[in-house]
Amino acid sequence: MSGIVLELRGVSLERGGRRVLRGVDLAVPDHGITVLAGPSGAGKSSLLRLFNRLEAPTSGTVLFRGRDVAGLDPLWLRRRVGMVFQRPTPFPGTVRDNLLVGAPESGPAELAGALARAGLDEGFLDRPADDLSGGELQRMCLARALAPRPEVLLLDEPTSSLDPRAREVVERTGLRLAREGVPLVWVTHDMAQGERVADRVAVLVDGAVREQGHGSRVREVLGREDAAPAAGGPGGG
Amino acid sequence: MEGDVGALGVLASLSLVAIAALISARLGLGLELAIGGAAARALAQLLLVGAALGIVIGQDQPLAWSWLWVAGILLIASWVVWRRAPELPGVFWLALAANVVTAAVVAGLVFGLGVFPLEGRTLIPVMGMTIGNALTATVVAATLLVREVGERRDDVEARLALGRPWQDAVRPHLRAVLRAAISPQIERTRHLGTVFLPGAMVGLILAGVDPLDAVLVQGALMYVILGSVATSTAVIALGAAHRLFTRDHRLLPLARATGPPPEERLARRALALLRRGGDRAG
Repeated sequence: MSGIVLELRGVSLERGGRRVLRGVDLAVPDHGITVLAGPSGAGKSSLLRLFNRLEAPTSGTVLFRGRDVAGLDPLWLRRRVGMVFQRPTPFPGTVRDNLLVGAPESGPAELAGALARAGLDEGFLDRPADDLSGGELQRMCLARALAPRPEVLLLDEPTSSLDPRAREVVERTGLRLAREGVPLVWVTHDMAQGERVADRVAVLVDGAVREQGHGSRVREVLGREDAAPAAGGPGGG
Repeated sequence: MEGDVGALGVLASLSLVAIAALISARLGLGLELAIGGAAARALAQLLLVGAALGIVIGQDQPLAWSWLWVAGILLIASWVVWRRAPELPGVFWLALAANVVTAAVVAGLVFGLGVFPLEGRTLIPVMGMTIGNALTATVVAATLLVREVGERRDDVEARLALGRPWQDAVRPHLRAVLRAAISPQIERTRHLGTVFLPGAMVGLILAGVDPLDAVLVQGALMYVILGSVATSTAVIALGAAHRLFTRDHRLLPLARATGPPPEERLARRALALLRRGGDRAG
């Protein structure tokens, strides 16, 4: 039976006197890939950061499996709601050291498992993280986020800093994770990518959800927004 | 000479100030007035402080006056940190806490262990040197931490997003900042006596004290200063790190608002002064 893993109810966010999000209502199902699309500065990244409490809403409620995240231990929440950032950020040390930051209790088999789910073999475990290529690095970050075995994964423009080949590998990895049962919330401003990966799409413009639809309607939903006149919207990405 | 510098001696030493002003004039630096003003102001300040110290640490004066003087040093030092690192919220109170902890540790050890006798004539100079030397390191630690965390926001938030508490997320950066703040004092301690002769020792030797005794006093002071620099920077850096995060382990956006590092600020101020002087000279 499918349910809702993450939900925003009437969420607004102000930062430095600017309204970044305005009364957003959004539900993320516990399966498949939900794409958050929209122009730069629409508030996509800020919205994503509300789900794991890297940001706190000015008003409204953020729910994880029906529970208000404001009442949950943020450290526990962040282990359940993994996140991969736009720019890969390796920590000093080896790939193993990186994976152990989020899952310090993990043994070699669990670490190798996390790497495999991100499309890397266990030979990477002892490689220095800063020796990896851009694509490998982003997949290591994916493995790092997967190591604590989260229930849902947030991807903030995970391929925007990668070359086309690495982008394709990360996309394939995301699709496989979704098939394996990890729901993903994927932020992108790339319509073609949205089309390739989305099961559902929500379009954010000026800090508000303008359109929502099934993955098969990505081009229709995004195309309509592309044709809409641009407005001077809030920042926050 | 037994350390007796009379008014004539001070006047004679002013010839060196005149040389500095002459160099400024010859090179068109426009710093002649600034050099003269600084020299005059320093002399006036020292005379005032000397007169006040004479009263406070006089033979029959209660030690409470000296402690009051120390309290004034602590307040002024905290105010200086606040002036130099305004980007950090509540930095005055943090600096005051760092200074008070440092002063308590130093006073407890130095006077408790009998390194120096607890008297006004030892209390004020020891505390003045301790807090004064820790001041620069304290400012560097506070401003560097805000800058480092602001610049490495991605790294800090990546750790937070993995469920690590803020203390873990900031630890690598805290280490780097503390190393940067404390290292110069370690360098100064390492090269003591070979590259430079510190003021207290020179002063004692000039005053006619046996050089070996002067060295022992200076050695004790340097150890006190090294310890106080480490204590005050650790207290202010830990306190500052705490203020960069919310109770629910979120990094505040203020960390992005960083100014130039203290050395750069000093260089800019010097350049601005030079330009103003140049304008006047032109």
